[in-house]
Amino acid sequence: MRANEELTLDGNAVGGLLDEVFGADLTAAVGTCPDCGRRDALATLRAYTYAPGVVLRCPGCDGVQLVIVRTPRGLRHQLRSVIERR
Amino acid sequence: MNTLQWQIATITKITPETAKVKSFTLSLPGWIKHRAGQHYDLRLTAPDGYRAQRSYSIASAPERTGEIDLTIERVEDGEVSTFLHQVVVPGDRVEVRGPIGGYFVWDATTSGGPVLLVAGGSGVVPMMSMLRHRAAVGAKVPVRLLYSSRTYDDVIYREELASLATGGVEIFHTLTRSQPAGWTGYARRIDDTMLAEVSRPFGASALTFICGPTPLVESAATSLERASLRADRIKTERFGPTGT
Amino acid sequence: MAERFVTRGFGGRPRSAVGLAARIPPGQHLVTDFPVLSAGPTPRIDLATWELALSGLVRAPVKWSWPEFLALPAEEFTKDISCVTTWTKLDTRWRGVSVDTLLEHVELAPNALGLVAECHGGYTTNLLLSDAVNGQAFVAYEYDGKPLPPDHGGPARLVVPHLYFWKSAKWLRALRVVDRDRPGFWESNGYHIRGDPWKEERYSGD
Repeated sequence: MRANEELTLDGNAVGGLLDEVFGADLTAAVGTCPDCGRRDALATLRAYTYAPGVVLRCPGCDGVQLVIVRTPRGLRHQLRSVIERR
Repeated sequence: MNTLQWQIATITKITPETAKVKSFTLSLPGWIKHRAGQHYDLRLTAPDGYRAQRSYSIASAPERTGEIDLTIERVEDGEVSTFLHQVVVPGDRVEVRGPIGGYFVWDATTSGGPVLLVAGGSGVVPMMSMLRHRAAVGAKVPVRLLYSSRTYDDVIYREELASLATGGVEIFHTLTRSQPAGWTGYARRIDDTMLAEVSRPFGASALTFICGPTPLVESAATSLERASLRADRIKTERFGPTGT
Repeated sequence: MAERFVTRGFGGRPRSAVGLAARIPPGQHLVTDFPVLSAGPTPRIDLATWELALSGLVRAPVKWSWPEFLALPAEEFTKDISCVTTWTKLDTRWRGVSVDTLLEHVELAPNALGLVAECHGGYTTNLLLSDAVNGQAFVAYEYDGKPLPPDHGGPARLVVPHLYFWKSAKWLRALRVVDRDRPGFWESNGYHIRGDPWKEERYSGD
């Protein structure tokens, strides 16, 4: 297993999962970080996927913007950022 | 068929690109035209139901119908890439869904340019789809690719890139580890000076795509922003194995 | 539902070794490496400013600096651990301070029910006191005879081997005594409030 930092992906890699959760490809949608106010495409968020779920964090302040967990009873997500679809 | 539906693709051809990189041609019963830069999710399922899933960039042009190429680097300890490299043979079938992604995409007729591409290692794969797309539609948009590899033998698509470097496409290689005798390209990690030299003719308006390992992506993006390229015209993708 | 497609030649994870099956909880498979899972970046923690706090519903909160923490009575323990992502690793060897030892330094309020582990980077997880006492939980600072590496939660992490490993919070900075079993990070995102691998308490509702 390689170092954690090298395994960090971004929102591009979880586009399929975002589509499953939100019913649309949201990688180009703009999210605003609830902690530092950074605005950018969800594709630019850091994606932590070696975990019990997928955690998308702000590349500016590491604040959690979105958590997605796949359970036997379906997908669950907790959204903290404000998302604008374009 | 929609992009979220899993379909069973047949691997029709496996092409070695470098010692650690192979291209897999997948024939898709539910083929959907992709946009250059998009990827497919690929998953493997064991008899006991255990699954492993990764996301891989499409290398082929959208204009090729019915099939796609995925170019995949074998990652050390990589459960999926190692399986694809060592076990899969033509005729095998794998589950995929896609095309996926609406951010790191380029359309030769609508996205505009000029286009600056910055790639590290197998980060060149989505760029290859863009270059093949440009050639397939006969677009004239100027494109410059700066491509960092460790050694000459690690350069993916070396010959095809050379043949694509015409009619407004320019390719700049840098080899960071070692260089063959007589090497005239760059021979160091991508830095401010290199990015300034390659991007200069395009000015601040270049539409930029950067794909590679996280450190390369971040340093290149920061450097280009310092060189006053517009941040909203810089699109990034960090590659690596994903498990979702 | 269509029949499940199986990939030719893909064995997935290795089967449990014969004779060890009794030690592997249901739905788990054996690993020999030590996978690194993380919900966020690995924090850089300076031992000069490192502190462990024991706070909340206690008469007088306590803080230990790194030297003070190392001076506490520690134990070596060897335990099997199970991650909810289905891997189990046998005979992991740790050194750390038991939660019992830490609790000896405070007087708990009568309504104390549980602990919230608070970590560098913002991660939290909840534990009932009944799952934390009697040698069931430790704040570990050595793994396999060496200082705990940052990727595995160093300088110090919680180790609660009888529960799924997300309870064994990395980069621990405080244990807060609380009167309610309030869900932590994964518990509030669909995972089980307690997480006993032998009962397969993976998701909330299991």
